[in-house]
Amino acid sequence: MDRQDRLTLVALLAPAAIVFIAFFLIPLARLFVIGGTGALGWSAYTAVFTEPRYLSSLVSTVALAAATTVATLAISGVAGVFLVRNRFRGREVLTALLTLPLAFPGVVIGFMVIMLAGRQGLVPELTDALFGERLVFAYSMAGLFVGYLYFSIPRTILTVMAAAEKLDPRIEEAARSLGAGPLRVVRDVIVPALTPALLAAGAICFATAMGAFGTAFTLATKINVLPMVIYTEFTLQANVAMAAALSFVLGAITWAVLAVARTAAGNTVAAAG
Amino acid sequence: MRARRSKAFWALLAFTLAVCAFLVVPVAMSMLAGVTRNYFVGWRGGLTLDWVIKVWTDYRHTIGLSLQIALACLACTLMLGVPAAYVLARSRSRVARAIEELLVMPVAVPGLATALALIVTFGGWGGLRTSWVFILIGHVLFTLPFMVRSVLAVLASIDLRTLEEGARSLGASFTQRFFGIVLPNCRSGIVAGSLMVVTLSLGEFNMTLLLHTPLTPTLPVGLADAYASLRIEVGSAYTLVFFVILIPLLVALQWAGAGVSPGTARRPRSDTPLQGRGSCAPNVNPPGGG
Repeated sequence: MDRQDRLTLVALLAPAAIVFIAFFLIPLARLFVIGGTGALGWSAYTAVFTEPRYLSSLVSTVALAAATTVATLAISGVAGVFLVRNRFRGREVLTALLTLPLAFPGVVIGFMVIMLAGRQGLVPELTDALFGERLVFAYSMAGLFVGYLYFSIPRTILTVMAAAEKLDPRIEEAARSLGAGPLRVVRDVIVPALTPALLAAGAICFATAMGAFGTAFTLATKINVLPMVIYTEFTLQANVAMAAALSFVLGAITWAVLAVARTAAGNTVAAAG
Repeated sequence: MRARRSKAFWALLAFTLAVCAFLVVPVAMSMLAGVTRNYFVGWRGGLTLDWVIKVWTDYRHTIGLSLQIALACLACTLMLGVPAAYVLARSRSRVARAIEELLVMPVAVPGLATALALIVTFGGWGGLRTSWVFILIGHVLFTLPFMVRSVLAVLASIDLRTLEEGARSLGASFTQRFFGIVLPNCRSGIVAGSLMVVTLSLGEFNMTLLLHTPLTPTLPVGLADAYASLRIEVGSAYTLVFFVILIPLLVALQWAGAGVSPGTARRPRSDTPLQGRGSCAPNVNPPGGG
């Protein structure tokens, strides 16, 4: 690559780099500084761990994200492997329907949860008919959990299906011919082979459930998760410094989980290869 | 000819159908509710377009603004992202890899944090704060990685260097090579990336809720407002209008994802945009949003 070439490449990358630095890196740096200028000073960054009300939202946010991740991986893992391993009429349509809500925004997903389990929703109608009692759970942590499942299943199924297509069915047959039962094959052959894909998809589920708030915003503002707390601090309390510190901590945790999962996924690939 | 299906097959099929119903039934319910005269009475009470017309008269401006932002966002990400992807595909240096990682940060950092950062930095610039361009900036940051990764995935799968050397030895200038070889070769990545950018921009809420002002409400902001304060039929009709715009884009995305460079069609679908180089999915996994 000669000098001329190199200059061209730098010139082509420059616009994206300038926009990125001016509108992302510099503002984030500023946000970090502002996080330390509130009533608490720099200890605002540790307040999320020391102040009981922030700590409780952090704990419930992490618990919700973890539950979402586990449930999504289990559901999408089963459905995804099933769709790859079986050929039947309507399979393509079923796959298309399962992946259609891929880019639904959080607010709309919140409304889908209201359709299912809201005051006039489907689940209350059904439980009313069956048990004579209306079960409404949309406007709570359970509703948020259902919303995040709705959000995460399509993308996770896609990832699982892509990974499962690369599995060699002969290995499973070998395991079976050596006397392994179906559960054993799943546990010892399929799950280990899918682990990198599951880790990657799980990290995305977790990160989304941590940082998203469109769904929570639609369902109820009193749900005690960290993104809602940040929003309330900023808009209602006008406590910009605390909102800044909390969103930095939230961003750092999310980023760390993604990084750890990526390293773990990379290691399993290396170990397998 | 067909082998008899086992019990496990039917159980798993039932499970998968149940998951599908979980995803599709609320969509159908909300679409139906949007054209029902009275949701309490149900569809037997009669169908009507009154709610859709009400949404159109009351919220038309939010739809227009969202389309305007999405198209502007597409133009920006094309101009910034395609050249950047080309550079990242050409260069094997450590700096290029680091830049590639950095560019994905706006997807990993919660939208709330990005929006707050933009507000504390540029909020004082009166004209910008109240303008739709302020929302556009957030959307460009959030969608740029998808364009870059989508194009980069295609460029990484072809032997760009050899193609370009060949053209250069025949006397083609850089401009001729870029427009004659690079762009046609990554067309599928550009199409997939563009669909993704428009889809994500239309639905972006996490940042937009903080970035917008009463003068600049976008479609998702209007939706949240309608869900919170209006009767369920109006919220449903508004959602219906949104689906009419969004679902063709999602179907096109599925189609574009399936058509990306036949040799590697399976591969790009497999991964997430947050993974390493060459594993970027043109069409899958937009994080954020929820």
